[in-house]
Amino acid sequence: MASQNDVTGPEPDQQATGEFEREPVPEKALLGPGKFWGMYAGEHAAGTEFMIGPLFLAAGASLQDLILGLLLGNALAVLTWRYLVTPIAVAKRMTLYYQLERIAGGGLVKFYNFVNGILFCFLAGAMVTVSASAVGIPFNIFYEVPEATFGFGAPSFTFLVIIVGTVMAIVAAAGYEMVARVANIAAPWMICIFAACGIVSLAQMEVTSFAVLTEGQFWSDAIDFVQEKEGEKKFTFGQIVIFAWLCNGAMHFGMADLSIFRFARKPSSGWAPAIGMFLGHYMAWIAAALMLAAQIKLSQDHSANPGALAWGALGWTGIICVVIAGWTTANPTIYRAGLAFQGMIPKAPRATMTLVAGAVATLAGAFPNLSAQLLGFVGTYGTVLGPMGAVIVVDYYLMKRMGLNEDYALKSGSPINVAVLIAWLLPVCVGLYLIFQKDLFAAYAVIPAWLACGVIYLLISKVTQKPLTTS
Amino acid sequence: MFGLAKVGSLVALAITILPSLLYLTGTIPHDAAKWCTFIGTLLWFIVTPLWMGRELPVDAAEVEI
Repeated sequence: MASQNDVTGPEPDQQATGEFEREPVPEKALLGPGKFWGMYAGEHAAGTEFMIGPLFLAAGASLQDLILGLLLGNALAVLTWRYLVTPIAVAKRMTLYYQLERIAGGGLVKFYNFVNGILFCFLAGAMVTVSASAVGIPFNIFYEVPEATFGFGAPSFTFLVIIVGTVMAIVAAAGYEMVARVANIAAPWMICIFAACGIVSLAQMEVTSFAVLTEGQFWSDAIDFVQEKEGEKKFTFGQIVIFAWLCNGAMHFGMADLSIFRFARKPSSGWAPAIGMFLGHYMAWIAAALMLAAQIKLSQDHSANPGALAWGALGWTGIICVVIAGWTTANPTIYRAGLAFQGMIPKAPRATMTLVAGAVATLAGAFPNLSAQLLGFVGTYGTVLGPMGAVIVVDYYLMKRMGLNEDYALKSGSPINVAVLIAWLLPVCVGLYLIFQKDLFAAYAVIPAWLACGVIYLLISKVTQKPLTTS
Repeated sequence: MFGLAKVGSLVALAITILPSLLYLTGTIPHDAAKWCTFIGTLLWFIVTPLWMGRELPVDAAEVEI
């Protein structure tokens, strides 16, 4: 029998929340729905929104497709949280990592965590770029995207990224609490700032009546300008829906938010992400896209520089918002990546591993093209991490019904459940091949990889699970 | 005291967003909207920590994008 004390992640005194990391959440610690609505309201108006919103326009999405596509995609995301994540979260009341450890084995969870950490570093890198783009505005240091994926920007911007990334890494190494408090306080204000940016951008484009708004000429003109410079591109309605749905694929399909909803008193708390989706992944994305449209109209500049966009809309307030938004997203990301790396090298201090994660993030942030490809990265992130959620779903709903053991790694004492390993890696490898070699839109790979993982896990388990002796 | 601070925060949020609407309607110029929003921002960050932020939510260390 696998030891319940196997260290597959951080030591208990270094755990992220310090509560019930390796046991079900008890009744006394459960939270009512209001807490979750409050949490999600602030979580999804973040630094990523400043990058993603403008990228829709730059990719050629029409205004109508954006408005309707984001509505549908975000609704699907909410339904996934509500009906896929929260029932299991409320039933098991465990973190994702602890559940996976019981199913997949401590060794495999360490590896999964490590992969998660690497991806987090790239995400944090994009946020370092976001914050640096704002810090650079008063110093006339601008973020420009070079041709090459691994090309540096201007030396001054690269230097700025190093400074911003270093400061962020040091703060993250000190812990997540301080920046989390700032994020808590900043969240309602940030939502208002996003809205204000969007409204100001409409005013700057003289879109002051409903007729002008619905006609959408301001948007078409912006797209035409970008396509004149960058060549013709189209971001279809289907791509918008799938992206909005699966942008948080690692959190809902991938079950990462089990760690949050394990505290929910009832599954109905699973509706709470709706506020995050519609404030952040709807309003904030559209507002950020409007900022780019306004910049194009006013200065014929189509570079999606978050700092410059926010400066153009709201001056110093915009700069402050971008810095805080980037920082408050980067901080837990670098912190989590540090925990993940420490899981691979348990004897290493958490602070050291967090600095390593920060260094990787800073290096990633120094390549502006990586941030500019955030749309694709987010889909890739979901494709790599999302399928593990299928393992949890199959284990919870189907294993017993198929005459198999749930929590097999725990019951058999295996550090690696081979069925999970193959079921996860095979679809992920196919998905990555299609994304990087066949130019598949990354978000399209998430659901097929998830389904394939679930099916493969079940089939291989049927073959490989040995009868367990009971004492 | 907390009640007053909460009212102050609400006022700050209003000062943050209303200027943009006034700019949209042509009531005030862009520069005025920017500076009013900045004042609202300062007010928010002075007043809000007086009543918010001591207790971290359970997902404070989780990553959401």
